[in-house]
Amino acid sequence: MVSIDGKQHSGSLIRVRNLNKIYHRGGETIEVLQGLNLDVERGEFVAFMGPSGSGKTTLLNLLGGLDIPTSGTVSVDGDEITSMSGRNLAAWRARHVGFIFQMYNLIPVLTAFGNVELPLLLTKLSKAQRRQHVETALALVGLGDRMKHYPRQLSGGQEQRVAIARAIVTDPTFLLCDEPTGDLDRKAAEEILDLLTQLESDHGKTILMVTHDPLAAERADMVLHLDKGVLVEAADEAAAS
Amino acid sequence: MKYLPFIFRNLFRKKTRTILTIGSIAVALFLFGLLVTIETALNAGVDVAGVDRLIVRNKISLIMPLPLSYQERLSQMDHVSEATFATWFGAIYQEPRNFFPQFAVDTETYRSVYAEFQISDDEWQGFVADQEGAVVGRVTADRFGWGVGDRIPLQGTIWSGTWEFNIRAIYDGSRAGDDESQFWFHWKYLEERRPFGKGTVGWYTVKIDDPDHAVAVSRAVDERFANSAYETSTETEQAFAAGFAKQIGNIRMLILSIGAVVLFTLLLVTGNAMAMAVRERVPELGVLKTLGFGDRTVLFLVLAESLVIALVGGTVGVGLAKLFTMGGDPTGGMLPVFHLSTGDVAFGIAIALFVGIAAGSIPALMAMNLRIVDALRRV
Repeated sequence: MVSIDGKQHSGSLIRVRNLNKIYHRGGETIEVLQGLNLDVERGEFVAFMGPSGSGKTTLLNLLGGLDIPTSGTVSVDGDEITSMSGRNLAAWRARHVGFIFQMYNLIPVLTAFGNVELPLLLTKLSKAQRRQHVETALALVGLGDRMKHYPRQLSGGQEQRVAIARAIVTDPTFLLCDEPTGDLDRKAAEEILDLLTQLESDHGKTILMVTHDPLAAERADMVLHLDKGVLVEAADEAAAS
Repeated sequence: MKYLPFIFRNLFRKKTRTILTIGSIAVALFLFGLLVTIETALNAGVDVAGVDRLIVRNKISLIMPLPLSYQERLSQMDHVSEATFATWFGAIYQEPRNFFPQFAVDTETYRSVYAEFQISDDEWQGFVADQEGAVVGRVTADRFGWGVGDRIPLQGTIWSGTWEFNIRAIYDGSRAGDDESQFWFHWKYLEERRPFGKGTVGWYTVKIDDPDHAVAVSRAVDERFANSAYETSTETEQAFAAGFAKQIGNIRMLILSIGAVVLFTLLLVTGNAMAMAVRERVPELGVLKTLGFGDRTVLFLVLAESLVIALVGGTVGVGLAKLFTMGGDPTGGMLPVFHLSTGDVAFGIAIALFVGIAAGSIPALMAMNLRIVDALRRV
C-alpha cells in the first residue's frame, strides 16, 4: 500500500520522512520539496506526475541516492541512504537500484551486450556468469537477437529495452524510471509500458516512475501528484481542483 | 582486467585523435631515444675511462707533441707502474666519410696499459712482428669487411702519401661501451716514414698503482716538466675524455633542455586530448556513476586510458629508437659507441608513464568529482 501521510507503516520497502530539498540559484532560494513523506511497499508500481519544475526528477534522484536532501531521510529496506558516504551509496545503488532514463543513456561505443553487462562489472561474477545474466536480461526484454548491435543500430524502443535490461540485470530491489516513454512514439511507448507492467506483475518488481503521460500513469497501481513540493494522491487533487 | 575492453572501446571512440596523440608521444620518445644515444656516445669515453690511468699531454694543446724521451722519465716516477704513448694519425680510408680513429702506438706497452681490449696472444705477436701490421677494433673491421691478413691502404692527411698496413689482429672490448672502432699500428713505422715531427709522440697514458694517487701523480708530472720546452698538462683519463666531449658543447645540458621542452609539450598534447575526451563524455560518466561505479573507479578508468595511450606511444617511440640504433653509428665513425641501453629504454618508458599519469590526472580528477545530477542534466 502506498502512503503519503508519514505515519508508521510496517512492511514499507521505501520510507521517506520529512524530505526537503532547497536549491540556491543566483541568490534565489527554491524549495523544491517541502516535508515530503512517502511509503511504498514491495512490488508496487507508483507513478509521479506534476508540471515541469515540480520536483519529480529531484524526488527520483533522492530516492535513487543520486542527490542529497537538504533535510529528511530516505530509507530503503531498512537502510537509511541519506546518511551513507558517497562510496557506500555507489555500492548501494549498484546493488539495489535499476535506473531507466528518458534518453536511454546507453554507452554508444558498447554493444547491447556490453551496455547490459556494465553493472555486472561491479559484481564478483565470472565472465561466464555475466554472459548468462546478460543473455537472460536481453531475452526478457525481447532483444536476444540484438546482442551485438550498437545503440546507433537500434530503434528508440529497442534502445529503451536495452536500458531496461541494463536496469534489471542485477535484479535490483526497485526500478526508478524517469519519463521512460517520453522520447518514444505511441506504439513503442505501449511496448515499454507493457514490459514494465510485466516486470511488476510477473517478477514482483517495485517500480517508481515519473511521467507526464496520463496513459503511462494509468499502468501504475497508484498515481501521485507533486504539487508545491508535497505529494498528493490523484483523487485528492481532483477533489481539490 | 574486466575493465580493459571498456577502456579500449573508449580509446577508439575518436580514432584519429587517439592515433595522433599516440603518434606525438611516439615521435617525442623516438627523439628522446636518439638524444640519449648521442649523449651516451659522446660520453662513452668518460663512462668507461680507466680510473687508474692518467693522460699526459702538451700544456699548450692536445695537438702539440711531447718528446719521446718523457716515456722513461714518466715510468720512473713514484706510483707509476707503466707509461705508454700514442700519436693521432688522421688518415682517410677510400673517402673522407669513412672516418675511424687511428693511433700510432708503442707496441711494447700499449696492450698492457689498455688491458680491457681483448686480443689473442697469437694475433698480438703477429702484429708485433710485422712493422706494417695493424690492430683494428671489431666495429671498424665489420664496417669495412676487414679480416686478419688483409692489406689496407690509408691516405695520409697529416703525413701525406699512401700508407699500407697488414691487419694482424682484431680486438674486442670487454665492457659495454668500450670503443671498438680504433686502428692501431706501430709508432716506429710512422717514425721511419714521416718527414717531420720525428722523436715526438701525441700524448702519454700513465698507469698508476692506486687511483687515490691520481691527483698527487698528476701534480708531480706537471711539476717535473715545468719550465721545459714541453710543459705538460696531466689529468685522469676520465677528466680528459669529459673535456674532449665538452669541446663539442655542453651536450648533457642541451639534451636536458630539449627533453624538458618535449616533455612539457607532451603533457600539453596528452592532457588536452584527455580533457577533451572527458568533456565529451560527461553524461556517460554520470551514467556510470548512476549505475554504481564509484568515484575511484571512474578516476581509474580515465587514468587508465591516458596511461594506455602514453604506454603505447612510448613503447612505439622507444622501440623505433632502439631499432634505429641497432643499425649502428649513422655518422660514419664520429659516434663509435652508438647504442641505446636497456636502462635508457626503461627510462624512456618510465617517462611515457609519467606523462600518462600527469596528463590524465586532472581530467581523471574532474571525472571523479563530477556530480551525477549535474552530469545527467547535460544529456
